[in-house]
Amino acid sequence: MNHTIGTIQEDSLRPLRSWGRGTLIWIAILLAAGTWGFYAYYYQLRHGLASTALRDYVSWGLYISTFVFLIGLSHSGTLVSGILRITKQDWRMPITRTAELMTFVSLLFGGIMPIIDLGRPDHIFNLILFGRVQSPLMWDVICIFTYFVGSTMFLYLPMIPDMALCRDRLKETSSSVRRWMYRKLALGWTGTKTQWRYLERSMTIMTIIIIPIAVSVHTVIGYIFAMTLRGGWNSTVFGPYFVAGALYSGSATVVLGMYVFRKIYHLEKYMTLKHFDLMGRIVLALTLIYAYFNLNEYWVPAYKMAIHERHLLTDLFSGEYAKVFWILQFGTVLLPIIIMSFPKGRRPNILAATAVVVVFGAWLKRYIIVVPTLLHPFVPIQDVPADWATYFPSWVEFSVVTGAIAGILLVLTLYSKLFPIMSVWEVEEGAEVEETKKLAAEMRSKRAATEAVQTNVY
Amino acid sequence: MKKENDQSNRRDFLKFGLTAGGALAVGAVLMDGILSMDDNPETGEKTILFDRKGHVFEVDPTHLLECKTPPVSNAEARKGIEGKKFVMVIDLAKCDGCKLCTEACTTMHFNEPDREWIKVFKMKDAKTTQPYWFPKPCFQCDNPLCTKVCPVNATFKREDGIVLIDSERCIGCRSCMAACPYSTRHFNWGHPKETPEMASLPYSPEQGFPRRVGTVEKCDFCPHMIRQGKMPACVMGCPMDAIYFGDQNEDAVTCHSGETLQLSQLLEDRAGYRYMEELGTEPRVYYLPPTNRKFPKPGDEGSTEGTGSTSSMSGMEM
Repeated sequence: MNHTIGTIQEDSLRPLRSWGRGTLIWIAILLAAGTWGFYAYYYQLRHGLASTALRDYVSWGLYISTFVFLIGLSHSGTLVSGILRITKQDWRMPITRTAELMTFVSLLFGGIMPIIDLGRPDHIFNLILFGRVQSPLMWDVICIFTYFVGSTMFLYLPMIPDMALCRDRLKETSSSVRRWMYRKLALGWTGTKTQWRYLERSMTIMTIIIIPIAVSVHTVIGYIFAMTLRGGWNSTVFGPYFVAGALYSGSATVVLGMYVFRKIYHLEKYMTLKHFDLMGRIVLALTLIYAYFNLNEYWVPAYKMAIHERHLLTDLFSGEYAKVFWILQFGTVLLPIIIMSFPKGRRPNILAATAVVVVFGAWLKRYIIVVPTLLHPFVPIQDVPADWATYFPSWVEFSVVTGAIAGILLVLTLYSKLFPIMSVWEVEEGAEVEETKKLAAEMRSKRAATEAVQTNVY
Repeated sequence: MKKENDQSNRRDFLKFGLTAGGALAVGAVLMDGILSMDDNPETGEKTILFDRKGHVFEVDPTHLLECKTPPVSNAEARKGIEGKKFVMVIDLAKCDGCKLCTEACTTMHFNEPDREWIKVFKMKDAKTTQPYWFPKPCFQCDNPLCTKVCPVNATFKREDGIVLIDSERCIGCRSCMAACPYSTRHFNWGHPKETPEMASLPYSPEQGFPRRVGTVEKCDFCPHMIRQGKMPACVMGCPMDAIYFGDQNEDAVTCHSGETLQLSQLLEDRAGYRYMEELGTEPRVYYLPPTNRKFPKPGDEGSTEGTGSTSSMSGMEM
């Protein structure tokens, strides 16, 4: 058993010991993309939002869609880490860190998107000076900030024993700055009983409070749209619909993270086929829920075809956005459901490919929620410049969003090269549980065998 | 309190004085301290100033500095004109779609051509019904969704019924644009094109300029004109007398030619209604149906003009 723990520690710390040439090239690429994004944002600041394709009718576009999408991804951590923790699913151990990290980083960049979208980012402090709690946007600010603080703690708390491990085990290989960082982050962790008790208790508290916060976050993001009168947004299912959509894309993101880290850092021993199978089932279940909400969101108004919804729905079902709409419904919802229903569809390669489809689909879906509604206002669009009646993001918007995605990947990369990507002590704990279970099973079978022998004797 | 009084006295004094001297077209003027701080040589000419109490002053023009005091303070602009409830009535039977209201508005507010604060739509509610012209200003709703969703109270509802925007406070999130069901709001996507004269005007939410990049603007019922006892630009610009403006508390509305009618009687006689009443926004703009028109209705071919998007025709409804 000690041998196992030694291996777990070594396997987790190996990626931290050396930075290969590949890593450095990858980081350079991400930095370049990030810099380009910064330049595009600078350009936008100089020339105003006129440099985007946004105009008076489509006043929210790629930035807001990406914002909703990224905040959706952040539900990964709560789901896997929070819900599986609270339901005491022991198999979660090797993937909780990945999930929590995904939450942290997608919130970090998702939270920036609406600020990028602001016409006057220099007036942002008015939110504090003159903030109105009656505004859905203010609910977002409050909920996302709370969620960000909470999920940062949720990521950091289980890192503490691992930081102590890094502090103790990476003495030779790491620079003095890193040693200092590990020492500070370990908060003087020595693994005493009291420390463990505090850690366990705070983890339990965080687990309980992070779940409702996560639900609130995506509900109020739905409310930004649902609190208007516009056809397609004026919907009472938007709160739960957005939560379902977030869980759908968030769980798929965990699968992607697992797949990539497993491949790069050779963690096949820990993130096994069983993990992919179980995660596949979770993604399947959430996709089914999401499909059910889609049915409600479109079928109910489509049956009645009330005038304001009719224009939008006609456009979605058979008009300009029909192709995208049906690809989304069949390609990124129905198809994944079919694939993941089969055990073979939940094997790592196929599941990861399905997860890519799901994540991309979730992104495009946000766009389809935001843009077509704005193109179908109550008062008809008449006598306006041609580019006002359509929307396709400009190079500035694409560049800024690309920069943000590069930023996400950069943080993920740096994190995985500085900190263990598996929660070492939890994996150890899981291994011990496994070991105990195995021993118990052996004992049981032995006893059964002895009993059988005894029965035979008599 | 005393200091405030002093200041406002001085402002009044200067404003009146300069009007008398004919020295200034817009804005107010501030004297430089006690007139002795300026190094410029005196010209020898004298400008005559007098204040409200009738005191007369003679001042050398070099001692006068232009002052960018807004016509009303921010607090006053947020409160509105006391005792009033402004209301507009648009008679669709008189509107011939000439768009002179838009032109008058655009001129007064220095709007760019793509920003029609009052816009004349060609409406046709159904295939079988008749088309009509439909001038649409901001409805200054009594249950405005735009002000509800604003996170910083940059757009607000005043006591006199007007909804205004304080673009010095606006953060440019465009929640109000998404919330407004009438697409009434416009955004300053790029840097506003302003003449130096416009840019030097003192800002007040009541007149909405100078504009600021990255902020929202819209029709405001011209409160800076109302304060001078004048009518909004669109009312004065309408040669058909189709737009009436007035105070609901007085139960009276007036059009360009000066005809004043009893609001409640007018709405009763002509079956006045509000656009999309079912949305519950409670607009302060009433419409009179386009009955017995004395001029050609908009051509059918014209009503599909514009965007070519599916909503140009089909988006018309009531």
